[in-house]
Amino acid sequence: MSDSMQTLEKHTSSEYKYGFTSDIDTDSFPKGLNEDVIRGISAKKEEPEWLTEWRLSAYRNWLEMTEPKWPNVEYPPIDYQDIIYYAAPRKKPKYESLDEVDPELLRTFDRLGIPLDEQKVLAGVAVDAVIDSVSVKTTFKKELSELGIIFCSFSEAVKDHPELVREYLGTVVPPADNYFAALNSAVFSDGSFVYIPKGVRCPMELSTYFRINAANTGQFERTLIIAEDESYVSYLEGCTAPMRDENQLHAAVVELVAKEKSTIKYSTVQNWYPGDKDGKGGIYNFVTKRGLCAGNHSKISWAQVETGSSITWKYPSCILKGDYSVGEFYSVAVTNNRQQADTGTKMVHLGKNTRSVIISKGISAGYSQNSYRGQVKVARKAENAHNFSQCDSLLMGDKCGAHTFPYLEVENPSARVEHEATTSKIGEDQLFYLQQRGLREDDAINMIVNGYCKEVFNELPMEFAVEAQKLLEISLEGSVG
Amino acid sequence: MLEIKDLYVSVEDQEILRGINLQVNPGEVHAIMGPNGSGKSTLASVLAGREEYEVTSGSVTFKGDDLLDMDVDERAHAGVFLAFQYPVEIPGVSTATFLKSSINAIRKARGQEELKPVDMLKLLRQKAAELEIDPKFLQRSLNEGFSGGEKKRNEMLQMSLLEPTLGILDETDSGLDIDALKVVSDAVNKLRSPDRSFVVVTHYQRLLDYIVPDFVHVLSKGQIVRSGDKSLALELEARGYDWVREGAVQ
Repeated sequence: MSDSMQTLEKHTSSEYKYGFTSDIDTDSFPKGLNEDVIRGISAKKEEPEWLTEWRLSAYRNWLEMTEPKWPNVEYPPIDYQDIIYYAAPRKKPKYESLDEVDPELLRTFDRLGIPLDEQKVLAGVAVDAVIDSVSVKTTFKKELSELGIIFCSFSEAVKDHPELVREYLGTVVPPADNYFAALNSAVFSDGSFVYIPKGVRCPMELSTYFRINAANTGQFERTLIIAEDESYVSYLEGCTAPMRDENQLHAAVVELVAKEKSTIKYSTVQNWYPGDKDGKGGIYNFVTKRGLCAGNHSKISWAQVETGSSITWKYPSCILKGDYSVGEFYSVAVTNNRQQADTGTKMVHLGKNTRSVIISKGISAGYSQNSYRGQVKVARKAENAHNFSQCDSLLMGDKCGAHTFPYLEVENPSARVEHEATTSKIGEDQLFYLQQRGLREDDAINMIVNGYCKEVFNELPMEFAVEAQKLLEISLEGSVG
Repeated sequence: MLEIKDLYVSVEDQEILRGINLQVNPGEVHAIMGPNGSGKSTLASVLAGREEYEVTSGSVTFKGDDLLDMDVDERAHAGVFLAFQYPVEIPGVSTATFLKSSINAIRKARGQEELKPVDMLKLLRQKAAELEIDPKFLQRSLNEGFSGGEKKRNEMLQMSLLEPTLGILDETDSGLDIDALKVVSDAVNKLRSPDRSFVVVTHYQRLLDYIVPDFVHVLSKGQIVRSGDKSLALELEARGYDWVREGAVQ
């Protein structure tokens, strides 16, 4: 027993391996938020008048709102006037090739293991790397544009495809949806935009790496993905952030629109700085992600592996409006040390014969708190809706917590809703068995954890699954109790 | 090979083993018999290094090294293999993945190169066939939903793959039908060699018809109360455990 506890100690004390800051000049606004700052952001980005107004209206809504108190997380009050709302790398980077990119930036990417290099290109992944708030590099754009696919930074989309942005922005997550969505709508800096035309199957995984760099800079991404009828796209989002002492606020909004018979797969590996082992520092990750299955037979699938952030507040959701539409949520959420996660999903069944699947795997270690919060809602007219939910919690040690908050709201009697939940500890028996077969304790833990997460990893694109396994290894090095 | 001297073991302050002495030489097969609660399984677990068992005094040397000083995985690397009475289920981990990791971990610890995937596959298939195990079985999650017989065969598969120098069988025969018992015994007999030893823990004499021991020891209340050759097992079968219990008192 004492050996295990020691390993746990060793484990919990493993340091964040991506903690550093790079020296890139940033062009920042002063701290604080008011209408002038919002106008300033909008002007800096040369946005049309309607968007400036849209932001301002969101801001005015936000002023009237209060932070949600229902998540099972604790943190000191955030001073929203003590945050810088806009930072961009000073040397306006728009490059044709990597040679032109600031070498310091490239080194940063290297150290993060972000493969923004020829190998990645050869591997067939288009990378749109966002450092702080401005898109630095977009590859494969040309190849994609030949198919009519638009994959660009949000700012570019506003300039080049204003009609699309205007038509869809805020239609899935309205500006006043919740406190953090309203804040994002007011001050969002950049993000990604994807448009897949009718009948087109996107030939590669679209991938974006986000990164928070400048000190004291809140980051507010905005992502919008539209899949027209009979189209398909798989989108990958991966995140790492450098070590900081100050807490950093991240409030992103992701909106997905899936038309008839289209499929959007959205995969995330989130590895932001979780704070040190005493809970100092780390990212506040307050994210609103929602997909609308607008058309019949459409499908939206969320897969996420969350290992980072000091606080996570995130519920990728699906509105199943089209008949026969399908929503899926596959999640692995790992918390260690003093991390807190309140994450889950919402499946709202509106159309007939809609189906949803929720597979959530929580892993808690150290002193962390890990909550699953999920809602399944079946509207009155949603005939034959079917939901299957499975929420498992794995505890490592006896000082952490796992919680499950399922909410059910069924207004149509034809609905079939199944819920399974388990809580287990990594068994001494399992560890002993694997070690007796020659595996080191760490390897044994990894094997057990990977097995536990397998159903979710299976949903991730291959290379992402490999990355996710590595992340889990790093996050949980040796932790058991 | 294995030398146990005056071994005392407790679990949560309850003394289970009370002065065990046992010497196992290379090539020998020792059977440990005894009634339930006599400490047979404890002895097997202590040799493999299970944490909750506390050695209060005594020593165990294995090939000249202090076995009690080694971690569980180090013992495995040194050649100690425990066939579990209740093999553990590991959901989501395929049997093949587990076997590969295990084989390579042990090879690595012994300074051998890891097996190439092709050779590994060949080896797994060959050994599975010897144990009449369907290759599809290798794709299933480790021990999950396996029948009792399948679990025990899987233990034998692991033992033949890892080629230990000391194989400890902890009531491997419990819950097996006669066919499975033969498969298990065949696996052990095939592995018998002048430089490999076995400690076979069993409640019943039946297994010893198939795995013929060189020595039989009877354990009662944490002590070896009687030792002999294979005829002791037969006598025990005929007279019952009460006979040795009385012996312990004498």
